Amino acid sequence: MSDDAIAAPAGRYAEITEEITRIPLNYPDPRAWWISFGLASSLLLLFFVSVGVLFWNGVGVWGNNIPVNWGLAISNYVWFLGIGHAGTLISALLLLLSAHWRNSLNRFAEAMTLVAVLCAGLYPILHLGRPWLFYWMAPYPNTMTIWPQFRSPLTWDFFAVLTYLIVSLLFWYIGIVPDLAATRDRAKKRRAQVFYGLFSLGWRGSARHWHRWRQSYRLTAAIAVPLVVSVHSEISLLFAAGPIPGWNSTVFPPYFVLGAAFSGFAVVAMIAVALRHALRLYDLVTPRHFDLLGKLLLTTGLMTAYGYWAEVFDVLYAGGKQEMATLIDRLWGDYAWSYWGAVLANFLPLQLLWFSFARRSPLLLFLIGLSVTVGMWFERYMLLVTSLYRDYLVSSFGGYHASFWEWALFAGMLGVFMVPFLLFVRFLPVISAAEIKEALFEDQGRADA
Amino acid sequence: MREPGAHTEAFGLLAEFDRAERLIESVKRARAAGFRRIDAYAPFMVDGLSEALDFRDNRVPWLTLAGGVLGAAVGYGMQVYTNLDYPLDIGGRPLLAPQAFLLITFELMVLFAVLFSIGGMLVLNHLPRLHHPLFSVDAFHLASSDKFFLVVFSTDPKFHQERTRAFLEELDPVRVDLVEHTEEPE
Repeated sequence: MSDDAIAAPAGRYAEITEEITRIPLNYPDPRAWWISFGLASSLLLLFFVSVGVLFWNGVGVWGNNIPVNWGLAISNYVWFLGIGHAGTLISALLLLLSAHWRNSLNRFAEAMTLVAVLCAGLYPILHLGRPWLFYWMAPYPNTMTIWPQFRSPLTWDFFAVLTYLIVSLLFWYIGIVPDLAATRDRAKKRRAQVFYGLFSLGWRGSARHWHRWRQSYRLTAAIAVPLVVSVHSEISLLFAAGPIPGWNSTVFPPYFVLGAAFSGFAVVAMIAVALRHALRLYDLVTPRHFDLLGKLLLTTGLMTAYGYWAEVFDVLYAGGKQEMATLIDRLWGDYAWSYWGAVLANFLPLQLLWFSFARRSPLLLFLIGLSVTVGMWFERYMLLVTSLYRDYLVSSFGGYHASFWEWALFAGMLGVFMVPFLLFVRFLPVISAAEIKEALFEDQGRADA
Repeated sequence: MREPGAHTEAFGLLAEFDRAERLIESVKRARAAGFRRIDAYAPFMVDGLSEALDFRDNRVPWLTLAGGVLGAAVGYGMQVYTNLDYPLDIGGRPLLAPQAFLLITFELMVLFAVLFSIGGMLVLNHLPRLHHPLFSVDAFHLASSDKFFLVVFSTDPKFHQERTRAFLEELDPVRVDLVEHTEEPE
């Protein structure tokens, strides 16, 4: 191979660095950003108002009752945490498999994970009657000389979500440090130099640093994959450990984990389309990425469909009277809209992804992602409400309708999701420049050999 | 390896290269010439650079393992201890229930392993660090973009400003710079 061919990617390195670091330093389209940020901030304001109303009045302002004492709070918790899982899966699993195409997606997928886990973690806390005492879940020597109940799934929740949040944060942060250093080196304004200088920790790309960084990054990835599985299995055990018809199924852990990955990939696809357009990243996020995301979405979607089928099959095969009644309630009961809504929104548009034109079309992929995100929300709602509203005794039959303040909190929570994410898009390198350059270098080496 | 402190007359000599392959080659030649206190800088993880430097450090994986073992022990031990310390009899179910304890044991194993891994990486790398003499070299900001650097520290037994500079010039670099100690505290 001639020298020119090798010189070309060296030119590409500078180009890639420039293209990625220009976004935080000189944001391309501030007006669109400010409009989104304004919208997100008003949603955040709504969050604070609805939390204020909740704290002032108690959980009574929600539509929760007996028998449906878990309403939107817990279905949204499961929904948000599910969305969060895709970021870690994309980033960690594909890192271990050395899939180079992940490099264009992993950074913002991880940021999405962080904010989604934050939203998810807030829900169970707000759902506690006395949320300001949530730290009672932590084992600390207290004046009451009692300890948390470690055999209770609520305590498992505390450890699982906290661990997941800390591990995702650290994984994301050490991944971003080399790019923060690159941004620091390009920054012209003093304030930016100080900001990126502090957060890049004095990174200077020493071979010794890279060596240990890689070891630590890969090991964290290797540990994060089983962590994802454990966290969502834990949530499904929260359901499956309760003696409620419709929740007692052995398929729950894998079904929940796959459903989580499914909804998360849908949101990653939407964010990839939106960011590519907003930040003009046309040559870093390509139709090939959309194609692969579409395939992932289709695969996890079909696996989730298997979960739906297995759940029905389980009930019909076992023939338990109450289980059967719950199945009938799901299919034709008062909340059948949530079941059929989930089936339609999750699986009908998804079938388009068998065709490569649909996978490669940003608009179609965005719409399918949106449909899946909504469909998975229906599914979480269906799982909760259709099981709880009619269990064993006629005396414990009752309906459930989310109240205004539940919907307001949900809308507000979207603000909690969007505000930090938009700040991330505006101020941090959204794509991993160092890893793209590394992939280019390695591909070049392979081409030379 | 400790980097040169402020007591030495200069920090070292820095050679700039425009290709990763040339950096690896130069590191090998510098080691062959007997230089031992050297380091290389690259904008990304370059495969083969650690080998060229003969840098073998597996303390991070071992720390991760130690963190995982410690986390699992702390997780399980905590649950056993608290259940014995404040027994809750629920329908006569066993006080120590390994099945129910495994999830938190696993979570703490993961948490401690990751904290040890990343914390250990930062400590061994002497990060965070607010300032470094290399940052005062004009071209060094390209180390995070597309240039590759080799530094010979002044603490190297073979270091001699003129002779080492002549050696580095032979490696066909873009340029060679003297890295001074800067006013800022270490």
